[in-house]
Amino acid sequence: MTLTQHDIDQEIAAKHAAYEKRLADGGPVEHQPRRDYAPYRSSVLRHPKQPPVTIDVSKDPELVELFSPAFGERDITEIDNDLTRQHAGEPIGERITVSGQLLDRDGRPVRGQLVEIWQANSAGRYAHRREQHDAPLDPNFTGVGRTLTDDDGRYRFTTVQPGPYPWRQHVNAWRPAHIHFSLFGTAFTQRLVTQMYFPSDPLFPYDPIIQSVTDDAARQRLVATYDHSLSVPEFSMGYHWDIVLDGPQATWIEEGR
Amino acid sequence: MTRIDTSRPDSVLPTPSHTVGPFYGHALPFRGGEDIAPVGHPDTITVHGCVTDGEGTPLPDALIELWGPDPDGNLPTADGSMRRDPASGGFLGRDGVEFTGWGRIQTDASGRWYARTLRPGARGRNAPYLSVCVFARGLLVHLYTRTYLPGDAAALAADPLLAGLADARRDTLIAAAEGDGTYRFDIRLQGEGETVFLEFQ
Ligand SMILES: [Fe+3]
Repeated sequence: MTLTQHDIDQEIAAKHAAYEKRLADGGPVEHQPRRDYAPYRSSVLRHPKQPPVTIDVSKDPELVELFSPAFGERDITEIDNDLTRQHAGEPIGERITVSGQLLDRDGRPVRGQLVEIWQANSAGRYAHRREQHDAPLDPNFTGVGRTLTDDDGRYRFTTVQPGPYPWRQHVNAWRPAHIHFSLFGTAFTQRLVTQMYFPSDPLFPYDPIIQSVTDDAARQRLVATYDHSLSVPEFSMGYHWDIVLDGPQATWIEEGR
Repeated sequence: MTRIDTSRPDSVLPTPSHTVGPFYGHALPFRGGEDIAPVGHPDTITVHGCVTDGEGTPLPDALIELWGPDPDGNLPTADGSMRRDPASGGFLGRDGVEFTGWGRIQTDASGRWYARTLRPGARGRNAPYLSVCVFARGLLVHLYTRTYLPGDAAALAADPLLAGLADARRDTLIAAAEGDGTYRFDIRLQGEGETVFLEFQ
């Protein structure tokens, strides 16, 4: 049986209604997607059925997970945060500047940590061998960037606007344009891999991956804001995206952070 | 929206997680990601295994991160896991001397992965373990688990996490010794023998 966008739309609506009902019944705001989210079919066989076992970190400040690996200047190169300069020529597409602050749940900047991004090119094609979308590769664009956050927890990338791309989960499935982000905090419990979207993308309602975040306000936190002050004259459009890492950390190391 | 006002604590809410997707292979894995132990270190162990889904099918696109202490139980503070070559932009590999404690490995086409790292030491009341973080297409939020090493039954029995688990579930967290410092640790995301996954609060 052919799976249509209409089928997926109905499943998304049902999941959203179920969440609204949980909220109305006094359930908590769900900031994170549920791992079991059938409108995104790949989740069906890949989510645990048993609830996770909870570890109360306040009972043990020595836990391995309350510390994070370290990254430094030798883990990046000077042009890693400029995806338009990694080849001999200029990539095709609208240049953009993406910047923001990496924060913990207390609003404190996360300093000196690794931010990694990857994305499709302006035609919506990844430089990945297994990606067979019939859109042109760009010999001047790999779509991978890295940087370390500065003393204010800030990061900044120069890249090109990624294109939306089709995927084959259902007929006419398209992913809204996005940039993948991988982030480290001060504790391994704060590890985050996510995706940043662009304002007012018409594909949002159709995409089960962004809709897996069923809370409307939480979903909005995945969408960058156009920021004219970040736009570089004669060069690029600016987008601002702050990131807040979830997960507990060791409270006793607050001094000197 | 996504400009967070840190002067208003109620506005500092978590950024939701998303799947790593299928197309991270040209971005996240790096040369030497699995070779965490300094070259020739006598406390080197090999940990390897398979990642499978709810039907027992191996995942050819899972990404594993390992993080653990040195044999004395100290957590490394050295950077340099993914040293770079400023000339080519490529990866140099680790320096072979320092121990960063962290590694990243993509499963191969048969769903298998391996890592060579240092035998972790105990910290506090915990039996020695490696922290494991699993990412994959289809996984909307990554999963944490732990690889405990067999051998010291008393330490394992006293471990606060293991002590609270039923035997069958507990066993999913303890690697199988295969001799010569090699241990097998399979990760089953769902169903029979489902690995114990953790959340931290
Ligand atoms: Fe993508």
